[in-house]
Amino acid sequence: MDPTGPPLAAVTALPGRSGVRFGMRAALPLCVAVGAFGVSFGVLARAAGWGPVAPVVMSLTTFTGASQFASVAILRDGGGAGAAIVAAVLLASRYLPIGLSVAPAIEGPPWKRFLHAQLIIDESWAVANQGGGRVDGQTLLGAGIALYLSWQLGTVIGVIGGDFVGDPQDLGLDAAFPALFLALVVPQLRGRTAIAAALLGGTIALALVPFTRPGIPIVVASLACLVGWRRR
Amino acid sequence: MTDAWLAVTIIGVSAMLMKAAGPVAIGGRELPQRAAGPVAALAPALLAALIVTQVFGGDRKLVLDSRALGIAAAALLVWLRAPVLVVVVASAAVTAAARAVA
Repeated sequence: MDPTGPPLAAVTALPGRSGVRFGMRAALPLCVAVGAFGVSFGVLARAAGWGPVAPVVMSLTTFTGASQFASVAILRDGGGAGAAIVAAVLLASRYLPIGLSVAPAIEGPPWKRFLHAQLIIDESWAVANQGGGRVDGQTLLGAGIALYLSWQLGTVIGVIGGDFVGDPQDLGLDAAFPALFLALVVPQLRGRTAIAAALLGGTIALALVPFTRPGIPIVVASLACLVGWRRR
Repeated sequence: MTDAWLAVTIIGVSAMLMKAAGPVAIGGRELPQRAAGPVAALAPALLAALIVTQVFGGDRKLVLDSRALGIAAAALLVWLRAPVLVVVVASAAVTAAARAVA
């Protein structure tokens, strides 16, 4: 445990700050943005010649926007299936460390844990994070379900109909996600370890962006968590 | 099998396995004591990385554009202890306005 962080009980005992309903409510502002990006994924995949079924199946199974957009763009631009797969898998590889950090909060038989884990995406994990390494499994469940449904609904709308939503970027919706992460990380920056981890993680990611494929900066930045390592 | 279906299948299976690896392997049990420090530091490290790449990330380069104004507005509102919803909406609105002007 980080001795400079707040005591565990103080974090977990906050009333109304956890649970399935709290997770759904917390995710609500993002559901609009996620749904809009789901629409544009459906539209882009359709335009890239994927047909109606493949984009929907991808949203149901992959459920991580960055990987899905990357694979559509690479295939459309003639990059080939191999390049699309490598890029998408790299983008999704941060879910290995994220999944590991969430693991203690996900209970039940293995098949249930498998399904519960499918609801892990950046936003549901960020909302369910309670600081000090604690994640609330029920908050993750609520936020994950709300975001999952928005993503599926958006994809179906995009595949069927169309472009009427326009480009989500015109509405600045892409800027909603880093703002959420900022609002969630700032309260966690108590203690020197957390601040050092954030500074180091951000620096590593920025430094690698010009030199690596997308996805790698974020995975490598997760190594900044080793500042929390202590000899016992 | 078309390239699209090949990608959908392999990427889908990979994403599902990567998300589930930790929870299925050690779900419900506490991580070893030695992992507690790094796990506590993972959230700030990853969140910071997500923020900077989503604000300043371009196609293999760093860019300063409308998103920077959006995140600046967000930072100001976080500092003023505004609710998360206000922070998120303001960031999108400022970015959209800056794009409309640019």
